[in-house]
Amino acid sequence: MDSSMHNPAATPEKSGLSVAMARNPIDVAITVIAMLLFGMYLIGAPEVYLHFDIYRSFMSTLPYMGLLALGATFIVTLGEIDLSFPSVMGVAAWVFATVFTMTGSIPISFLACIGTGMICGALNGLLITRIGVPSIVATIGTMFLWRGLVNVLAQGKGIPLVEMRDSVFYDVLVGRLFGQIPMQFVWFCLIAILMIAIYKRHVFGSHVLFVGDNKSSAQMMGIRVYRTRMTCYILMGAMSGLSAVFLLSEVTYFWPTTGDGFLLPALAAVFIGGTSVFGGRGSMYGTFVGILIIGSLEAGIVAMGVQGFYTQLIYGLTITVAVSIYALVMKK
Amino acid sequence: MDLSNSLLSLENIHMSFRRVDVLKGIDLTINRGEVVALVGDNGAGKSTIIKVMTGVHHPTKGKVYIKGEHVNMRSVQDSRTRGVETVYQERALADQQEIWRNVFAGREIRNRLGFMDVKRQRAEAAQLLRERMGFTSRAITTDSEVAGLSGGEKQGVAIARALFFEADLIILDEPTMGLSLKETDKVLKFVRNIREQGKSAILIDHNILHVYSVADRFVILDRGKIAGQFTKDQISREQLIDIMVDLHQTGQIKTH
Repeated sequence: MDSSMHNPAATPEKSGLSVAMARNPIDVAITVIAMLLFGMYLIGAPEVYLHFDIYRSFMSTLPYMGLLALGATFIVTLGEIDLSFPSVMGVAAWVFATVFTMTGSIPISFLACIGTGMICGALNGLLITRIGVPSIVATIGTMFLWRGLVNVLAQGKGIPLVEMRDSVFYDVLVGRLFGQIPMQFVWFCLIAILMIAIYKRHVFGSHVLFVGDNKSSAQMMGIRVYRTRMTCYILMGAMSGLSAVFLLSEVTYFWPTTGDGFLLPALAAVFIGGTSVFGGRGSMYGTFVGILIIGSLEAGIVAMGVQGFYTQLIYGLTITVAVSIYALVMKK
Repeated sequence: MDLSNSLLSLENIHMSFRRVDVLKGIDLTINRGEVVALVGDNGAGKSTIIKVMTGVHHPTKGKVYIKGEHVNMRSVQDSRTRGVETVYQERALADQQEIWRNVFAGREIRNRLGFMDVKRQRAEAAQLLRERMGFTSRAITTDSEVAGLSGGEKQGVAIARALFFEADLIILDEPTMGLSLKETDKVLKFVRNIREQGKSAILIDHNILHVYSVADRFVILDRGKIAGQFTKDQISREQLIDIMVDLHQTGQIKTH
């Protein structure tokens, strides 16, 4: 007779903060790093960090890179990469500006812009999943392709969008809540919460983790691998479109290089958030905190009175230390 | 043929690959609540039989019946929907994900928006492992990653997964290969669990010592044919080993 069959010790389903922390060591690590950094800012530059102005500035500039990083987290979790999203953002932005110039309607331009992003994302996805080009190679190609397309379409010229300010939708997108909080940050936070929920608790998020972990196991378990991967690329495209909408609304101007410069900060936010480049493991919450860190680092360093040319050094140090901590935590 | 108690039957199955006959007229019935061991040398046709049963291969000639019904399967999915699950040692689970996620992968408990009932999945997975599979280790919870499990425990989770989704027949391909003695014992215990729950299993294993303790019936394959079938009460372990040795040396089964 197996006496261990009745073992009450295996039963307890504990809940609470301590268990949640034990389950997600990387989420704990990233939170501590963020708190240390903001503590450092507060001590280093209290005159700046005890006032709301700096936070308002973060809130109005973070969401563009942030939305891209949220989308990229799914792709990195697949064990793949997308280098073309800044260019997709550029194409979507051109469509937004052009449709707005023609129709004067923000909702129509909004839909056209998101739709364009999704189509570009779907084309990336087809190239990778159907034709079988490795994602890094495929998106180096489409990075140039989409940017080249914007340059040709826009003929190198910008498009002013000042008339957007007359619309109610302008206030919905980038107005100031209670006259203080930039609306794009409110939207960004809502979308981030939705993405965090999807990543860990939705069937889609779970399938992305399985595909990134082991494609052939996932297939054996009846997960539709092809559909899951395509959805990730289409979602990345939608996020690029959304990011373009907010950025163009904030500055009320389209220029052909829209999106340039977001690639590395967005990917840095994903990696600093603890998502593994090998796939199958990651954290959307980590990406969210990573966005706050990456988005505030430069301003934070400058405000503390450190000379400007130290920023990259500290930037690099933070990222390197963070990813080293994760590697050690994971080895354990 | 009486099919009332039969779960899966093969009738005169032939299988050829590029004119090489791998299976030459296999007649085999697996009954409900029975553990059948397929034994035989490499190349005897063990894995080809499995692939015919699970729809991976379509037989050149012959018929497959599941629960008395003639089926014409074209994919693994076809056999799975009829309650036949295969557990492969290497491809059964995703290593970096939690046990509960693995148990429910592809068949999640979800609401209409696609959000999973994580709490219920955790609880059901815990109950499944504890009560049906006899997992008692304190170190293993449903939140443990599969990577932290031993080879035998992984097999256990994979079997639990199949049982949970009401598989009637679980096919285990070399489940003890590369495992230590202690781990092998665990896997064999899991196999006994399958029978205790009234389900059937097919075991493919080279090691007769392993299969003898759990199987009810032994089907000996030789070069694409069934060379002999014995139930456990017809034959002792030593006799079974003698038969296998004779078969290997002389190419035929001596009648004892």
